[in-house]
Amino acid sequence: MQADLNVILPEILISVYAMAALLGVAYTGKDRYAPLLVWITAAVFVVMAAWIGFSGDGTRTAFGGMFNDDGFARFAKVAVLLSAAAVLLMGQDYMAQRDMLRFEYPLLVALAAVGMMMMVSAGDLMALYMGLELQSLALYVVASLRRDSVKSTEAGLKYFVLGALSSGILLYGASLVYGYTGTTLFSGIIASAEGQAPLGLLIGLVFVLAGLAFKVSAVPFHMWTPDVYEGAPTPITAFFATAPKMAAMALFARVAHDAFGGVVGDWQQVIAVLSLLSMFLGGIAAIGQTDIKRLMAYSSIAHMGYALMGLAAGTAFGVQAMLVYMAIYVTMNVGTFAFVLSMERDGRPVTDIASLNLYSRAHPGRALAVLILMFSLAGVPPFLGFFGKLYVLRAAYDGGLVWLAVAGVIASVIGAFYYLRIVFFMYFGEEGEPLEARKSPVLWGFLMASAAIMVVGMLNMFGVEAMAQAAAATLVD
Amino acid sequence: MIGLEHYLTVAAALFVIGIFGLFLNRKNVIILLMSIELMLLSVNVNLVAFSSFLGDMVGQVFTLFVLTVAAAEAAIGLAILVCFFRNRGTIAVEDVNVMKG
Repeated sequence: MQADLNVILPEILISVYAMAALLGVAYTGKDRYAPLLVWITAAVFVVMAAWIGFSGDGTRTAFGGMFNDDGFARFAKVAVLLSAAAVLLMGQDYMAQRDMLRFEYPLLVALAAVGMMMMVSAGDLMALYMGLELQSLALYVVASLRRDSVKSTEAGLKYFVLGALSSGILLYGASLVYGYTGTTLFSGIIASAEGQAPLGLLIGLVFVLAGLAFKVSAVPFHMWTPDVYEGAPTPITAFFATAPKMAAMALFARVAHDAFGGVVGDWQQVIAVLSLLSMFLGGIAAIGQTDIKRLMAYSSIAHMGYALMGLAAGTAFGVQAMLVYMAIYVTMNVGTFAFVLSMERDGRPVTDIASLNLYSRAHPGRALAVLILMFSLAGVPPFLGFFGKLYVLRAAYDGGLVWLAVAGVIASVIGAFYYLRIVFFMYFGEEGEPLEARKSPVLWGFLMASAAIMVVGMLNMFGVEAMAQAAAATLVD
Repeated sequence: MIGLEHYLTVAAALFVIGIFGLFLNRKNVIILLMSIELMLLSVNVNLVAFSSFLGDMVGQVFTLFVLTVAAAEAAIGLAILVCFFRNRGTIAVEDVNVMKG
């Protein structure tokens, strides 16, 4: 028992912190302490990420295999916690100024982070479901955090209805998997799903994959993404685009390999089709968008398509490529949203792409950073985003999915158009009302750091490559 | 004799009714919440039927977790719905359309 609790100590500490802070602040100062809580929560995240990251290697399981602490889980947890901390710090100033920084916000993010950590460590369908719901329930609430705004509550409502639908689909699949294997443990499922799986199990597998595809917003289960991204307050959109995507993608990989590693051929085609549709729809539908938050929603759909391409390869290298791609994607999105958060005019937030006209004249430094980020998102060499794409394309090629790799190249050329359009507006747009940049050292710092990583990272990717390789090796034997 | 397949058929029917309720309903958001509940309950029927068929308790434990989470989910859904109603003054599904997605 003691040993089990030691394995999940980071999760316990964060949830105890969240509950204690919730009680303490509710009785004393309420929203007065909100800025302080944001900093403390971010500090807790960073400390936990460092602890998990440096806790050495080796695989430990707890509660009879329901919870795994392996290299793969640790990689995903560190990425989730660091990106959540970054997004919390970025949004603080924006929310405080618009009077929507409530003390629940950092604590709900902390609880969502616990849910994500459960998800990536899950070794059982029950642990998977509980982690997923803890994350989702917290996210439904933060999406509608701005209670007096029609858009924010509508985003929360849409997210809730479609999220609950996806949970239901996933759960129905889980019940079929349980019925046809007689166990909910991943280690038991993989033992009975070797070679020729019974039809009921395959139906269950497809339902589970559909439920997970909702969570990573892969086409055709993407319809909530643009509305939720547009309606939620921008700092929360930034959160949605980073940590939950990383966690859901890691969960996808864990279910695919840990539970259904014996029937790779069966889920490979499903994931390949999801990937193909996501890449093309994300690239084509983004072209007509005028709101940068909606554009980032379609961009994230397309990026999820590429990450799924790595997974579709069904090999350890594919998982490694997926992890590298997601780490790069999260870094790029932190920088891009740091820029979106700083877009304002007369103190009011602006998200219109046309307002970026000739942004480079007033703010050459920021414009250059955004140019680097957009090139990187589009996958233009030599920036880091290009290497991420190269990785997943190689994984798909090695995995025998040549058609998917070719389609990925075509989709990335289509997708490059709308990123380059933003750069065009910034440098060669028409004269218009100038856009101001919020004077916030935190936002400026994250934007510049993210852009710098995109340039410097092409030397050695800061060792993420080797870490992802070690992480993937623990998942796929 | 009522066997496993009868329970599975009922559960599948309930699940499909839930999904159709979610997509075909054009009237009221409360009906969406009811449809979601129906889907989760059909899963519970499935789990309990399998649990009894396999002689394995895990399925019933899973059912208890699902019930608990479904209650929390309904509470959050209704809370969001109340906030939405305060802003918009309506809970008709066709009025959830400020953003077109």
